[in-house]
Amino acid sequence: MTTGPTQTAPRSFYRSQEGLGVWEHRGKVAAVGIGHSPTSRRWDETPETSLGAWSIVALRNAMEDAGVSPDQVDGLVISPESLGEPWSPRPVPEDFANMFQLTDNPNDGLSQMSSEWVLKNMPELTNIQFTMYGPGCMSNAICVAAQAIGEGLTQTCLVLTARNNLSGRYGQYGAAAADTVTGGAQWTNTWGAVGPYYPAYWFNKYTEKYGGNHDMMAPFVVNSKRNGLLFPEGFFAQNRPEPLTVEDYLSARWIVKPVNLYDCDIPMCVTVAYLFTTAERAKDMKQKPVYILSHAESRPRYRGIEQTLDEVEESAASLGRRLYEGAGITASDLSFENMYDGYTLFHQIMLEGLRYRGVQPGEALDFYQTDISIEGPNPVSPSGGNAGSGRTRIWMHTDCIQQIQERAGARQVTAVKPEIGVSGGPHPRGGDFMVWGSTPG
Amino acid sequence: MPKPSPVPDEISKPYWDACNEDRLVMQACKACGLLLYPPRAACDQCDSGEDDLEWREMSGRGRIHGYGVMYDCRVRALQGDQPFNIALVELEEDPEIMMYSHLPGTPVDQVPVGAAVQVEFEVTPTTGQKVPEWRVVG
Repeated sequence: MTTGPTQTAPRSFYRSQEGLGVWEHRGKVAAVGIGHSPTSRRWDETPETSLGAWSIVALRNAMEDAGVSPDQVDGLVISPESLGEPWSPRPVPEDFANMFQLTDNPNDGLSQMSSEWVLKNMPELTNIQFTMYGPGCMSNAICVAAQAIGEGLTQTCLVLTARNNLSGRYGQYGAAAADTVTGGAQWTNTWGAVGPYYPAYWFNKYTEKYGGNHDMMAPFVVNSKRNGLLFPEGFFAQNRPEPLTVEDYLSARWIVKPVNLYDCDIPMCVTVAYLFTTAERAKDMKQKPVYILSHAESRPRYRGIEQTLDEVEESAASLGRRLYEGAGITASDLSFENMYDGYTLFHQIMLEGLRYRGVQPGEALDFYQTDISIEGPNPVSPSGGNAGSGRTRIWMHTDCIQQIQERAGARQVTAVKPEIGVSGGPHPRGGDFMVWGSTPG
Repeated sequence: MPKPSPVPDEISKPYWDACNEDRLVMQACKACGLLLYPPRAACDQCDSGEDDLEWREMSGRGRIHGYGVMYDCRVRALQGDQPFNIALVELEEDPEIMMYSHLPGTPVDQVPVGAAVQVEFEVTPTTGQKVPEWRVVG
């Protein structure tokens, strides 16, 4: 068993520059297991559906999916924060405290996950030698786990991210609920430039620069919702299986015009885990290995209070170049597109940054008017993304693995051979991204 | 339009103090000349520390760069005035410096991108701290 506190991954774990060449561990790390918990809109405050309980469910599901016993796992990488409101300063619920071993952190297992909590409450993980945090979201944890396996720090590693959503309006707590603003919020909250303000501003500049309009987003959002309803692990498939029509989309209320309700992802609760191992060990496991060909970080510096459209377009293009360079592939090698979408109005910038199917800056809205379905030759967001399955920043990773394993079920792409996919997020102004392949390269 | 009151900290105090005197100032690096907004502890470009940073008075003129229209704001203090414009204003002295504005006097969703604007200062109700706002001119 590991001792000592879990460290946050060093900066050297992330690939943040162009010119680094092919990733030194290309094809040497593979995803072999997927584990999802159930989903819900908000936590019902029972211990059985807590973040901790669902983390145990997801971790056990990932090991079972891979056919790996707990004692074979020697690593645990977690993205510890959830996206929702912290549970503290509410008192730790008594029934939760009676059911689980607690740590000193009152949010642990409720609105945050630590390796200490997991190891206290999963005694079957007897062989964990390596733990590390990849703060941010699942994308960060995936990069950290891939790098750790590549560097030989762990051989068979669980990767975990948990999302919670407490009662009340999302995001309307803390600084947003106060009559005074401090820290970084003094430059933004004073004017209300929070939530989906930035994609609204970007989209207006985008249509000012290239033409087009918000209505042209409808095929993408409707397609994403359709794909989400074919994702049995997703929120909408489990809880609200109603399709979205173009009319629904076009008549939706504004949140920050031109961002409407369906351009935003619905906050929710879920926990997801993956099992990664070395390419060598993956050969003998239950599922077909999906190899990580590279990963790249987007963390651009920008001068102003917000990244401009020109800056975000350059960030996205640079990200695409780094992903391809690291994986030793080109845009034409992509079988499908699965970039982040939570808010939908910046997805086109990321698709263009990849030059997916040759789409250049300013062309994505027209591309959305073509066949972007899972049955067509140019699948866009076969996962359905956050728009199709809820606010996690995770679906595109699970989908890339499942598509390449050819076990995406009703969501399986059919007109292209699923060999290489890209996923990641949360967005070009800050996030981590990875290239998945059916072979080590 | 009533706004939440920013609470100055050690770095931002000179900026907010100037606002209370109806002056718009920007932090500037004496070493490389770069303007910095929001203010910070060191220069982004040359990493000069606080001893090399100073405050310079600006003309108070700018241009509307872009905008969105807020209908469902997380900031509770602003929810009573929804919907409202949120514009990004480019500073005349350096268009890469941009500041948020509700554009007082401009009808909702009728934002003239590219139009010239002039700074004015608005009192926030909770503490009385003044904040910069921008009005279309000409």
